[in-house]
Amino acid sequence: MAAIDTVDMRPPQLAAGPLAWLRKNLFSTWYNILLTFLAVWLLYALLKPAIQWGTTEARWGVIEANLTLFMVGLYPRDQIGRVWLTIFILAALIGLSWGVWKNAARGFALIALSAGAAFAIIALLFRWNVWDEWLLAEAILLITSLVGRYLPRSSLILTFAWFLYFPLIFLLIGGTKYIATLPPVGMGLWGGLLLTLLLTIVGNFGALPLGILLALGRRSKLPIIRYFSIGYIEVIRGVPLVTILYTAAILLPLFLPIDVRPDLVIRAMIGFILFEAAYQAENVRGGLQAIDRGQYEAAHALGLNGAQTTLLIILPQALRAVIPALFNSFISLFKDTSLVAIIGLFDILRISRSILAQTDWLGTHREVFLFAFLIYWLFNLAFTYGSRRMEEALGVGKR
Amino acid sequence: MNIKAFWRDIRVLKILAQAIFVIVLALAAGYLYLNVTANLARQGLTVGYGFMKNPASFGIGESFIPYDPSNTYGRALLVGLVNTLVVSTLGIVLTTIIGVLAGVARLSSNWLINRFAAAYVGLIRNTPLLLQLMFWYFGVIIQLPSVRQAIKLPGPIYLTQRGVYMVWAEGTTTFPAWRVYLILAFLSIFIIWFALRSVGKRASVPLSPWWNLAYLLIPLTIIGLGALLQPELPLKPFIPELVGLNFKGGVRLTPEFAALLFGLVVYTGAFIAEIVRAGIQAVAKGQVEAARSLGLTNGQTLRLIVFPQALRIMVPPITSQYLNLAKNSSLAIAIGYPDLFSIAGTIFNQTGAALEIIMIMMLSYLSMSLFTSLLMNIYNNRIQLVER
Amino acid sequence: MTETNNTQEIIICRDVHKWFDHFHVLKGISLTVQKGEVVVIFGPSGSGKSTFIRCLNRLEEHQKGQIIVDGIELGNDIRNVEKIRQEVGMVFQQFNLFPHLTVIQNITLAPAWVKRVTKAQSHELAMQLLKRVGIPEQADKYPAQLSGGQQQRVAIARALAMQPRIMLFDEPTSALDPEMIKEVLDVMIELAKSGMTIVAVTHEMGFARAVANRMIFFDKGEIVEQGPPAQIFNDPQNDRTKLFLSQILHH
Repeated sequence: MAAIDTVDMRPPQLAAGPLAWLRKNLFSTWYNILLTFLAVWLLYALLKPAIQWGTTEARWGVIEANLTLFMVGLYPRDQIGRVWLTIFILAALIGLSWGVWKNAARGFALIALSAGAAFAIIALLFRWNVWDEWLLAEAILLITSLVGRYLPRSSLILTFAWFLYFPLIFLLIGGTKYIATLPPVGMGLWGGLLLTLLLTIVGNFGALPLGILLALGRRSKLPIIRYFSIGYIEVIRGVPLVTILYTAAILLPLFLPIDVRPDLVIRAMIGFILFEAAYQAENVRGGLQAIDRGQYEAAHALGLNGAQTTLLIILPQALRAVIPALFNSFISLFKDTSLVAIIGLFDILRISRSILAQTDWLGTHREVFLFAFLIYWLFNLAFTYGSRRMEEALGVGKR
Repeated sequence: MNIKAFWRDIRVLKILAQAIFVIVLALAAGYLYLNVTANLARQGLTVGYGFMKNPASFGIGESFIPYDPSNTYGRALLVGLVNTLVVSTLGIVLTTIIGVLAGVARLSSNWLINRFAAAYVGLIRNTPLLLQLMFWYFGVIIQLPSVRQAIKLPGPIYLTQRGVYMVWAEGTTTFPAWRVYLILAFLSIFIIWFALRSVGKRASVPLSPWWNLAYLLIPLTIIGLGALLQPELPLKPFIPELVGLNFKGGVRLTPEFAALLFGLVVYTGAFIAEIVRAGIQAVAKGQVEAARSLGLTNGQTLRLIVFPQALRIMVPPITSQYLNLAKNSSLAIAIGYPDLFSIAGTIFNQTGAALEIIMIMMLSYLSMSLFTSLLMNIYNNRIQLVER
Repeated sequence: MTETNNTQEIIICRDVHKWFDHFHVLKGISLTVQKGEVVVIFGPSGSGKSTFIRCLNRLEEHQKGQIIVDGIELGNDIRNVEKIRQEVGMVFQQFNLFPHLTVIQNITLAPAWVKRVTKAQSHELAMQLLKRVGIPEQADKYPAQLSGGQQQRVAIARALAMQPRIMLFDEPTSALDPEMIKEVLDVMIELAKSGMTIVAVTHEMGFARAVANRMIFFDKGEIVEQGPPAQIFNDPQNDRTKLFLSQILHH
C-alpha cells in the first residue's frame, strides 16, 4: 500500500504567487532592493510631471488641426480620394497575396492589418473622421484574403499585379494630363506620411536588384568586378546618408544632359536607392556565404551553367535566408527618410517644423514632436511585429 | 588552337568579361563627364580648388581652433572638421558608457530595471535620430530657463537656454612645470604594461587581476606627487559665476553642442545596449554551467569566461555603431551646430563649387570611417579565437 | 580533340598531376576505364581519391596530364566541359539536394534547363526514375522531410535524369546511418548490373565484392595497386594495400 500522501500539495506561500514574484524580481538581493527604490523614484519623478503636462497644459489641438498635413502634406484636399484608392488597392493586393501564398505573405498582411488598426485608433483619438475609411481598408484586406484562398497557388497574375502596382501608385497619386479624372499633382506637393512611405518603399525595393548584383560582384572571382563592388560598397557605407542625399539633390542635375531636371523627390529616391543598395549587398552577401559549397558542386555536376546556378539554386536560398535582415533594412530606411527634411522635402519631420511656425500654434514643440514620435514608433512596431511573424512562418515548413 | 576553341576558352572568357565591364564603365564615365562639362559651361563655372584661399566672410558659431571671418574657406572647413571630430570622439566615449550600462541593465534580474532599460532601447531605436535631435534641441534645451533662473545641478553645473555651464579646471602658474609629470605618468603606463607582462610570463600562478589596479594607481600617484611638490597647486577649479547677464568662468557647452552630443549619445547608446545584451547572452549557457561546475565563482566566471567571449562577439557591431555615430554627427546641420557638413553646405551656397565641396566632404568622412575600421580590425584580429 | 584507340575506353587518364597551392595531391595518375566497367576506388583519407574523381567532371582542375572522357579532352574549353557534365552524373557524400525545391523539381530541373526537355517528358522520366530507386510516393515532398537514405536515392535519380553515360559516386554512403546504407547500395548494384559505367569512391567492400570489375587502391596521391576484387581481397600484392585492408576489414 502506498505510504505516500497523495493530497494535493501547494507550493509554500512565498514560492509562488504575486508576493513571490515581487520578492524574486524586485527584492532578491540588497542591491536589487536599492535599485528598485531608485527605479520607482525615477519613474515617479519622470512620469508625474509628464502626465500632468499631458492632460492639462498640452495643446493637443495642434495635432487635430493638422492631421491631414501630417498624413499627406500639401496634397490637394479635393484629390485625396485618389490616395484612398491607392490604399484600398494595396489592401486588396495584400489580402489576395495572403490568401494565395499563405505563409509567405503572412508577415506583410499582419503589418498591414496592424498599421491599419493603428491608423484607425489615431483617427478616433484625434477626432479625425476618416476612421471609417481605415476600417473599410481592413475589411477589404480580410475579404480579399478569403477570396484568395480559392485561387490557384502559383498565381502569375498576382505577381504581375504587384509589379504593375508600383507604377500605378505614381499614376494614381501623381496623375497625368492625359486622363481627365486624374489631373497631375506635382511631386512637390507630396508630403507627410505619404511621402515617407513612398520613399521607403521605392528606396527599399529599388535597391534590392542593385544590392544583389553588388553582392554577387563582391564574391566574383573576376578581380576587376570584385574590386569595383567592394569599392562601391565601402565608399557608400563610409559616408553619411545625408551627404549622399545632398549629392543627389545638388550634383545629379550636373551629371544629366542639359534640361533634364528630375524632380527633387526623384533625386531623393535615387539617393536612397544608391545608399541602400550598399547595405542590402552586405545582407545578401551574408546569405550567399551561408550556402554550402556542395550546392554549387551539385548544380555544376548536373550541367547548369553559372547564370542558371545563380538564378535557380543559389539566389532563392540566399534571399530566403536574409529576409529578416531585409526587413530590418526596411525599418531603418523608414527612419532614415526623415533626412529629406534637410534637402527640402516635406516629410513628417519637415512638416512638423512648419506646423511649429504657424502663429496659432507657437510653442507646441512637445506636442508636435511627440506625435511624430508616435507615428514612427507605431509604424516600426507594426513592421517589427510583421517581420517576426514572417521569420516564424519561414522557419516552419522549413524548406 | 583554332579560332572557335579560343572563344570557348575559360581563361579568355574571364578576361573578356572584365574587359567589357571596364569598357562599359569607361563609356558611362565618359558620358557623365561630357554632361558635367556642358552643364558647368552653361552656368559659367569652372572646377578647381582655388576658391579655398578666398576669405570666408561668414562667422562660425563655435570652434575649437581660432577662427574669424577673414580666414580662408580652407580654414573654415578645418574648423568644421575639428568640430565634427570633437563631438564624435566625446560621443563615442560617452555612448559606450551609457550603452554598456543599459545593456547590463537589460540583463538584470530586477524586473523594474530590466523593463526600464527595455523601454529606453525600444523607444529610442524605433524613432529617427533627426527627430530625437530636434526634440532635444527645440523641445528641451531651448525651453530651458534663462540665465538668471538657471537650473543648478551639483558641480556646479548650470542648465540654461544659452547652454550648459560647467565647472572646469584652470591652470595656475605652476601648470607648465607640472605638465612634465603628466607625461611621466603617461609613459609609466607602458612601463607597467611591460613589467606586468614579464612577471606574468615567469610566474607559476596567474597574476591576480588586482595587479591591474597599478595602471590606475601608479600614474595617479605620479600626478598627485607632482602636484603636491609644486609651490602652488597646478589646477584650480574654474567656477562659472553669474555676473550681470552672463556667466563668467567655467566652460560653456553651447545649446547646439549639448543637444547634439546628448542626442547622439542617447541614440547610439540604445543600439550598443542591444549589442552588449546579445553578446553576453550569446555566450552559450553551457559555458557558464561548465565554469560553475569547475568551481569558479560568479565573478570569476564573468571575468574569465563570459566576458572575453562576449567581447569577441560584440566588437564588430560596436565598431559599426561608433562609425554610425561619427557619420550621424552630420545631422548637426539641422540644429545649427557648425560641423563639417553644415560648413561645407554654407561654402557651397556662397561659391557654387558643388563638385569640389562634396569631394572634400566625402573624403573626410571616408577617412574617418576607414581609420576607425582599421583600429577596430587590429583589435579584433588580436582577440580572435584561434580556429582549426 | 578526340583521341581514342579503342571505342570501348570511356575514360582515359594519362599522367595526371594536381597541386593545391604547394601540396601535390595527385602524383601522376594514369588509368583507363572501359564502357560498362564498374571501378571502385578506395584508400585512406587524404589520398586524393575525391579530388581525382572531381577532376573527371571538372569540378576540380588538373594542372598537368590529360583527362579524356568519352572522347572529349578536359581543358579550358567551356563547351567541352559542359558537354562532359551532361554525360557524367555525380552523387555526393552530402547528397546536396536543393532544399528549396521538391523532390520531383530537383530531378526535373537540369533536364528542363540544360537539355531543354519539355515539362511533360521530364516529369515522366522523373517518375520513372523515382520508381526505379524505390520512392515514387515522395515526389512532392521537400528534401528535409526525407530520411538520409531516401535523400541519397533522390540524388541518384537526379543524376540519372540527365541520362549520363558515366556515373561517379563520391563516398555515397559515408554520411548515412547504418540502417540506410543497404537501400542505397541496392540501387547502386542495380545500376551496375544494368550496364552503366561506374567509378565509385567508397569503403563499402560488400558493394565492391558484388559488382566491381576492378578495384583501385589510392594512397598519397598515387595508384598503389589495382585489380579484380578477387585478387585484391585474397591476394594483395603491395604491403600498403595489405595494411589498409586489414584496417578496414576488421569487422
